[in-house]
Amino acid sequence: MSDVLAESGLEAKVAAARARLDEHVRRIVAWHFDPRTGCPFWLEKAEEFDFDPRRDVRGFDDLKLFPHFEDEWLRGGPVRRWVPKAFADRPIYVFETGGSTGIPKSRINVRDFEIDYEQLADQLSDATFPRGSDWLMLGPTGPRRLRLAIEHLAQYRGGIAFHVDLDPRWVTKLVKAQRWQELEAYKEHTIDQGLKILRAHESIRCIFTTPKLLEALCDKVSLPRLGITGIFCGGTEMNAEFHRFAREELVPGIDFLPVYGNTLMGLAPSKPFDEKSRDYTITYYPPSPRAVFEIVDPDDLDRVVGYGETGRVLLTTLTEEFFMPRFAERDEGERAAPIEPYPWDGVSNLRLFSRFKKSVAVGVY
Amino acid sequence: MLRIPLLRAGEPYFSLNVETLRDVRTGEPVAELSLAGAGMIARDLRRMAEIRRRLDAVPVRELLAICGRAARLFAGETLPLGEGEQTPEAYLAQLAATSGMPIAMGRANMAKIVHNLENMEAILGGLTRGLDLRVLDRGYGEQDGRRLSYLRQADSLGAVLPNNSPGVHALWLPAIPLKTPLVLKPGTMEPWTPYRIAQAFYAAGLPRGAISLYPADHAGATEVLLRTGRAMFFGDARTVESWRGSGKVQLHGPGWSKVLLFDRRAEGWRDHLELMVGSIAKNGGRSCINASGIWTTGHGDAIAEAVAERLAAIEPRPLDDPRAELCAFPDPAVARAISAMIDDQLQIPGAEDVTARRRGAARRRRLVEVDGCTFLRPTVVRCHDPGHPLAASEFVFPFAAVVEVASADELLERIGPTLVATALTDDDETRYKILTCPRIDRLNLGTIPTYQISWDQPHEGNLFDHLYQQRAFQIAAA
Repeated sequence: MSDVLAESGLEAKVAAARARLDEHVRRIVAWHFDPRTGCPFWLEKAEEFDFDPRRDVRGFDDLKLFPHFEDEWLRGGPVRRWVPKAFADRPIYVFETGGSTGIPKSRINVRDFEIDYEQLADQLSDATFPRGSDWLMLGPTGPRRLRLAIEHLAQYRGGIAFHVDLDPRWVTKLVKAQRWQELEAYKEHTIDQGLKILRAHESIRCIFTTPKLLEALCDKVSLPRLGITGIFCGGTEMNAEFHRFAREELVPGIDFLPVYGNTLMGLAPSKPFDEKSRDYTITYYPPSPRAVFEIVDPDDLDRVVGYGETGRVLLTTLTEEFFMPRFAERDEGERAAPIEPYPWDGVSNLRLFSRFKKSVAVGVY
Repeated sequence: MLRIPLLRAGEPYFSLNVETLRDVRTGEPVAELSLAGAGMIARDLRRMAEIRRRLDAVPVRELLAICGRAARLFAGETLPLGEGEQTPEAYLAQLAATSGMPIAMGRANMAKIVHNLENMEAILGGLTRGLDLRVLDRGYGEQDGRRLSYLRQADSLGAVLPNNSPGVHALWLPAIPLKTPLVLKPGTMEPWTPYRIAQAFYAAGLPRGAISLYPADHAGATEVLLRTGRAMFFGDARTVESWRGSGKVQLHGPGWSKVLLFDRRAEGWRDHLELMVGSIAKNGGRSCINASGIWTTGHGDAIAEAVAERLAAIEPRPLDDPRAELCAFPDPAVARAISAMIDDQLQIPGAEDVTARRRGAARRRRLVEVDGCTFLRPTVVRCHDPGHPLAASEFVFPFAAVVEVASADELLERIGPTLVATALTDDDETRYKILTCPRIDRLNLGTIPTYQISWDQPHEGNLFDHLYQQRAFQIAAA
C-alpha cells in the first residue's frame, strides 16, 4: 500500500492527515472528559474506566481503550446528559435517527450539522450548484437532521430551500405491513408536492433527494428541462448500478453527487466521478478528523481489514458536541484507500451488514 | 463466469448489481445474475404502449406459428445465454444446479412447456371459449351471428415468478398470442426457464420487446406488480395476501390441493392408492397442484398407513440420477426450518407423523443429505383433528395430512381453500355439493390426479379474462 501512496504522491498527505487526526483526538477527548466542558454522560462513564482518558489517550489508536459506543445509550432521556457543559447555555437541537420504530435514538446538536454541511458546501461546484440558486429538499423531514441541514446548506450558498413533508417511519410501517398500494399513494403524494414546487419556482437549480424519490420524480418530469443542474442524493442505500442508472438514464448531464449522511457521524461525500474510467463504484470518505471510518473484521472489531476487503463499518465521531468512539454500524463495505482530496480511509459499496439483512427494512423511501 | 443479463424490452443489459447463483451441491458459483433496480423497471415500462402496438400488428395466426417454432427451439436448439450459448442439456444441468430439481424432473417440466407452446391454439380455444381469434386482430368481429368486441385491459402483463418448478411458466405463455407484452420477474434461483423461453421466442421471430426479463429484489417485484396494467403474482400466503382485492393482480398463492374420498370411494380407498401417492409426490411435491391433504369420510388410519408406506420408500438420489423423485433444497436452512416447524406442530395433540415409523431406524430422520444436497423425505401426517394446523399446511416437498371427518357436509365445510380437488364419489347429492363448494377452484371429478392439468382450463383465474374484457359494440353500416 505504501508503494502505491508514494507513487501517487499521497504519502505525505496521508501522514499529515493522520497527525492532524491524532492531535484532534487528544483535543476532543480532553474536552469531553474535562469536568468544565464535558457532558454528564461521559463524565459519569469515565468513573467506570480503569484508565484516564485525558492522560492515556494520545492518538486515534488509543480510542481502543474505550468500550465500543452503544447506540442503545442514545435511546430515551434525559437527553441533556449528552450536552457538553461548555454548551449548557446554548440553544440545543435534538435529532433522531432513521425510520426505525421503537424509542428513537437521539443526538443533540448545537452547530455540528451546520459545520458538517458547510464543509461539504465549500466543495460543491459553482457551475452545477450555483451560488444564490434555490433548492428543493425532497427527503425525510420531521425530527431528522437532514431537514435543517439541507436548509442550512442552501442558505450557506446564498439560496433558499423549499421542503416537502416526508415521514420515513410511516414508510417503514407500510413496508413491514406490505401495504404496497398505500406506499405508492404516499410516494405519489410526496412527488406531486415536489413537482408543484419545482414548476412554481424557476429559481430552483439544486435538489436533495433519496434514490427512490429521484426515480419517482424522473418518472414524471425531465429534471434537466426544468433547469436542475445539481443533485445531491442520499438518505438511503445506493449501489453502483443506481449510480450508473442515474448518470446514464435518469439525469444525464446533471451533476449527481451521492452522499452518505448519518445523524451520528456527519456527512460523507463520495469520491469524485471520473468520466474517463466511468467507474460507478460509490466510495464515501468521512469528514476527517471530525469523523473516521474503520472497516473491520465483523468477528474481531479490532482488526482492520486490508484495502479492497469487505468488513463492517466502525464509526468514530470526534466533535466538541459529540464523542462516539468506534460504534459498530449496521453497514458493511470494502475498505477504500486514501485519495488526493481525502487522504484517509473510505468505504466502497456501503450496504446493510449482511448478517442483519433479513431483519431490517432499509432504502424504502 | 457465466453472466446472465437483464432483458430490457428484449435487449441484454449487464447490471453492476448482481447475485451469484451457486450450485446447491458444492456451493460453487454457477452464474452471475444481473439484477434490475425498481426505477429502471418503471422507466422501461413507459415504453410498453409502443411495444404493445408493434405486437398488435402481428396477426394472432402468425403469433401461434411463432409459438410452434418456439416450442421446437426451446426443446432442441442451442440458444443464446448471456455472452455465450446454452444447449438443452446445459439448461437442464443449470436448472438442477441452482434450483435443486433433478435433471429427469426438469426434462418432464420442459415437456410441459413444449406441449403448451405446440398446442397454443387449443389452449386459447379453452381460455376464450372458442373465440374466433381474428377478433383480436381487428378489435371486433362477428361469430355465430353475434357481434363481439374485446377491450384490452393492459399494455403489458407483469409476472412475479416462483423458483419451485419450471412447468409453472406455461401459465403466462398464452399472453404472447393474446398480443400482450410480458414483463417477467423470475425467481433468483430459477431465471433459466423464462430466459430460455424468451430466447426461443426471439429466435422464432417474436418482436424482442414483447418479452422483458428483470431479475430483481422485492422492490423490483413490487414495481412490476404496480406498474403493469395486469399482473400474475406467485408467492407465499402472506405476500399474496397484501395484493388481494386488487383486480389488477392475479394471485397464485399456496395450492392446498387435496384428494377427497367420500362414502363408498372411501371404503374402496385401496383402488385409489396410486392416485393419492402420485398426487402428493409427483414433480417432487413442489407444485401448488400437488396434494397436501387427503380428506376422507372413512378409513383415515388405514389410508395414512398405506400412503406413508409408499412414500417412505422414496429415496433421495443425486440430481443426475434418472430415478430421482425428490428435489434438493437450494437453501438447507429452509429445509431445516420446515422440518423443525413440522416437528413443533406435531407437539400439538391430534397429529402423528406416520412416515416416521415406516422409514425404519436407519432412515428415521426426515432431513437428509445426499451427494451434497439437502432433502426432506416425504412425510405423511395423520391428523385426527381436522382443525390441527398440519391439516392446513403445504410445503415444497411431498407432504400430506390425512384427515377423516364424519360426513361429506363436514368435509366440504372444513377443507379450506383448495386449488385442485380430486373428488371421488358415486353419489349424485354429494357430487352436487362438491360442484357448489366455494372453497374448491379447479375440480377433478373422478380418478384424475391433482397434478393432471388440462391447460385449456383457467388456473386461479382465466388469463384471457384477466387481459381482455368483453364490451358492448355496434358499428354503423358503411
